[in-house]
Amino acid sequence: MTDSPHVLVVGGGSTGTGIARDLAMRGLGVTLVERGNLTHGTTGRMHGLLHSGGRYAVSDQPSAKECIEENRVLRDIAAHCVEMTGGLFVQKPDDPDDYFQEKLDGCRECGIPAEELTADEAREIEPYLAKDVERAIKVPDGAIDPFRLCVANAASAQEYGARIETHAEVVDVLVEGGEVVGVEVEHDSGPGKRVHRTPGSTEKIRADYVVNASGAWAGQIGEMAGVEVAVRPSKGVMTIMNTRQVDTVVNRCRPKGDADIIVPHETTVILGTTDEEVEDPDDYPEEQWEVDLMIDTLSELVPILKKARTIRSFWGVRPLYEPPGTGTVDPTDITRDFFLLDHEERDDLPGMTSIVGGKFTTYRMMAEKISDHVCAQFGITATCRTADEPLPGSEDFSVLRDYMDEFGLRSPIGRQSVQRLGSRADEVLKTGEPNPVVCDCEAVTRAEIQDGISQSGSDLNALRIRTRASMGNCQGGFCCHRMAAELSPEYDEPTAREALDELFQERWKGERHALWGEQLSQAMLNYALHATTMNLDGDPAAMDEALDFAAFDGGAGVGAGEGESGQSGATAADGGTRKHERGER
Amino acid sequence: MPIREDVVVVGGGLAGSMAALSAAETDASVRLVSYKKSTLRFASGLIDVLGYPNGDGPVSNPYAALGSLPDDHPYSLVGEQAIRDGLALFDEVTGDRYRGGHTDANALVPTYGGTVKPTARYPEASAAGLASDDRPMLVVGLRSRTEFDARLVADHLSAAGVPFDVHGAELSFPREFRADAKITRYAKALDKDEEVRFGGRSVGTREALAETVKPRLKGAERVGFPSMLGDEHASEVREELESQLGAEVFEIPMGPPSLPGLRLEDALFSALDDAGVRISTGNPVVDYETDGDELQAVYVDRKRTRVPYHADEFVLATGGLVGKGIDSDRERVRESIFGCHVPHSSDRYDWFDEEAFGEHPFAKFGVVVDDRMRVLDADDAPQFSNLRAAGAVVGGADSTAEKSSSGVSLATGVVAGRGAAASI
Repeated sequence: MTDSPHVLVVGGGSTGTGIARDLAMRGLGVTLVERGNLTHGTTGRMHGLLHSGGRYAVSDQPSAKECIEENRVLRDIAAHCVEMTGGLFVQKPDDPDDYFQEKLDGCRECGIPAEELTADEAREIEPYLAKDVERAIKVPDGAIDPFRLCVANAASAQEYGARIETHAEVVDVLVEGGEVVGVEVEHDSGPGKRVHRTPGSTEKIRADYVVNASGAWAGQIGEMAGVEVAVRPSKGVMTIMNTRQVDTVVNRCRPKGDADIIVPHETTVILGTTDEEVEDPDDYPEEQWEVDLMIDTLSELVPILKKARTIRSFWGVRPLYEPPGTGTVDPTDITRDFFLLDHEERDDLPGMTSIVGGKFTTYRMMAEKISDHVCAQFGITATCRTADEPLPGSEDFSVLRDYMDEFGLRSPIGRQSVQRLGSRADEVLKTGEPNPVVCDCEAVTRAEIQDGISQSGSDLNALRIRTRASMGNCQGGFCCHRMAAELSPEYDEPTAREALDELFQERWKGERHALWGEQLSQAMLNYALHATTMNLDGDPAAMDEALDFAAFDGGAGVGAGEGESGQSGATAADGGTRKHERGER
Repeated sequence: MPIREDVVVVGGGLAGSMAALSAAETDASVRLVSYKKSTLRFASGLIDVLGYPNGDGPVSNPYAALGSLPDDHPYSLVGEQAIRDGLALFDEVTGDRYRGGHTDANALVPTYGGTVKPTARYPEASAAGLASDDRPMLVVGLRSRTEFDARLVADHLSAAGVPFDVHGAELSFPREFRADAKITRYAKALDKDEEVRFGGRSVGTREALAETVKPRLKGAERVGFPSMLGDEHASEVREELESQLGAEVFEIPMGPPSLPGLRLEDALFSALDDAGVRISTGNPVVDYETDGDELQAVYVDRKRTRVPYHADEFVLATGGLVGKGIDSDRERVRESIFGCHVPHSSDRYDWFDEEAFGEHPFAKFGVVVDDRMRVLDADDAPQFSNLRAAGAVVGGADSTAEKSSSGVSLATGVVAGRGAAASI
């Protein structure tokens, strides 16, 4: 431990990892704790839009200006996480003309490059737009991979000496003498990388300052410290299609409404979203009508969506906040601004600040302001460098060499790997070993998988968000077990089996919302491969009772080898005891 | 001249083949019409009859458990004799390619998931791997492959309490292919015994593979490989490896593309040829024609021309959700060609269970049939007087969980095929 102040950050989403990186770069000691994987909460459950600011150009111009500014910064420092797709605000016959004009003017007022396109020009960019689209505004919207971005932020923070603890849930906020002095966490396995089947433990982490960046869960952390943080969690559904029906972000150009955006993301497009206040960020209904609304409403913009294949849906919870007494009824009216709640000023409880509200696109700017605030507590004047220093993976992304030849990869695989890895491509892909593809849908090779395992241990869900493996069409049906096989020999069989079970269940969870047509057929095939061909649902190793092997066919001896090995018909009667002997290993 | 047969079977998988073969046992003229490649390329090639009745198991005697199945289960409709008839026809068709017919007991075959699976018939290539055999085993994996890790498979088998010592070894295949070569490329190298450089000299792939494995045997009397040991010359490849290794060699059935499934498909199609069944593949059935309640013809779309196939009797063996004999959209589930009644909830959120391996209603989706495999409508009356169904298009059982899908295909295929031929 250095003698610089030690700050504990609660929350491993974009805000938390952004703060951890910023503070670590300014020389502070940082520990970040996250109860699940990085991005486990809201960040991993958004549509991956890198806002141009166009969305807020009418309703909230300060936010719009922040967005375009940060949009430019992220293109620079997080090049390997960003795809500059461009975006369109599309007007349909029943969308108001004056709003279209306000949008166009608003973009220009905020410094957002915006260009009016005729219907034909818009369809030249996106041929699948509905025939009755009247015109569009082109803006620099983009897509950003929130997983890759958070992992890169955390990795950078680590390089600057931070401790990043995932699967460490805060169970108490330590308050001594009227001051916050740290937190108590419960480790899912042990401290460090998660290893399945190892028992957990609790740990009290003392700190000079605590930053509560747990988003929609900020109220719960506040409660542990005895202060009220009135977050208003609001859920939104995102539905994922199996191919890119559009290559640019398509927004509906009308004041506000559910189901008004389509974001191309890697090999998919994501349809979003709804905005509905919920009581509990961990327990809210995920409903059929929400999925249907996405498909039905957005196919008014892009009609082929109606017949396209949906691979899964997921829900995210926004950490909306408004100052007490504002009394907004409709969550869509609540500001997307962020609020810094210094509990010393607000509640007479020194040692902790909570961050609530905010937008993903401006996470870095938020982190900067919060880090400024934290530094001010200690009288530190170190300046923020996060807008200038590229994230790991984006340091030198300008030279995209011919990796296809270099790594013996077929072109689409090579391209995707290199895009994901950015400037880390050399380091990760040059293993000198055969590098077969593990996940075909997303073109993820063994080298990337091994690199992910070295970062995240036996947690295959953490591996998934690092690599995208198991996130394509088959939703893991063809690759979950391959990913688990990559854990050997570093991790033993029970660990690999538990990791596989956990990933398979997680993949199923989202796929359930897409079970009709092609994806129902896929689900049946996945079920058949895992249950029939592998028999993972009737696995004798998972059963309480030992199996009487002698009661089964031991072979007819036909075609057995010569001599003594011809005794292949010999059956064993001791199967009943062996399991218990072995079970105790 | 219009195409006219006594019996037209739609679907070229296990059930369709069995239906066509059993119809052809009479003098009936039979045509099999299939669209895409059958789902056998996804299948393990194992012939499961029943391993987990009503969630219990694995059971060693599938016949003893039949009585506990619900009345609308395909097995309850056709009865034990139909299962035995189906297996008998299967044994006749596959000859010495398959084992297991010497006993009613299920065999336990190692899977690439590291478990063991109860099955009634297994390819000869998998025979030396049975889990009730107590000889020590080596499981081999290839570093250049990702389907499984042999050490995990071996440890998983041990965790299941198998009555033999088993260890796993990950080896390099003696011939290098591009990183994402298909498993069939490995099979071809062994089929042709392609020359490779090994230990400073030029040898065949088979010998080189055996030499690679040898130092890892450590007393194992049998060696399991992922299913990749040749295609056309599979038994020759295996025999040569056995003689080089001094141990028996077996294959662990794998996922797609499954060589045991493809080999079975070849065996079925050559049996269909021998039986005089006409085969039309590559084009989908898109429509049909009726006269009253009798089906007159099915229409095949051949390069946008609709070609009618007339027959007296029809068998629907188009598969379930995987084979696309059963289709669905957000509102409903239907049988793909005739729109036959498929019982299902109107709320699609009732089609599945919350758990990945829970009791999924979708796994039971399929048409309703009577005890002669005639397809019934929503009022339990025959949809057409001359349409029968067989295999996964028939609903009512979660064959995946039960490990009964091949058995259901055999039994219903035989009943539908024989019934069709008898009704001409």
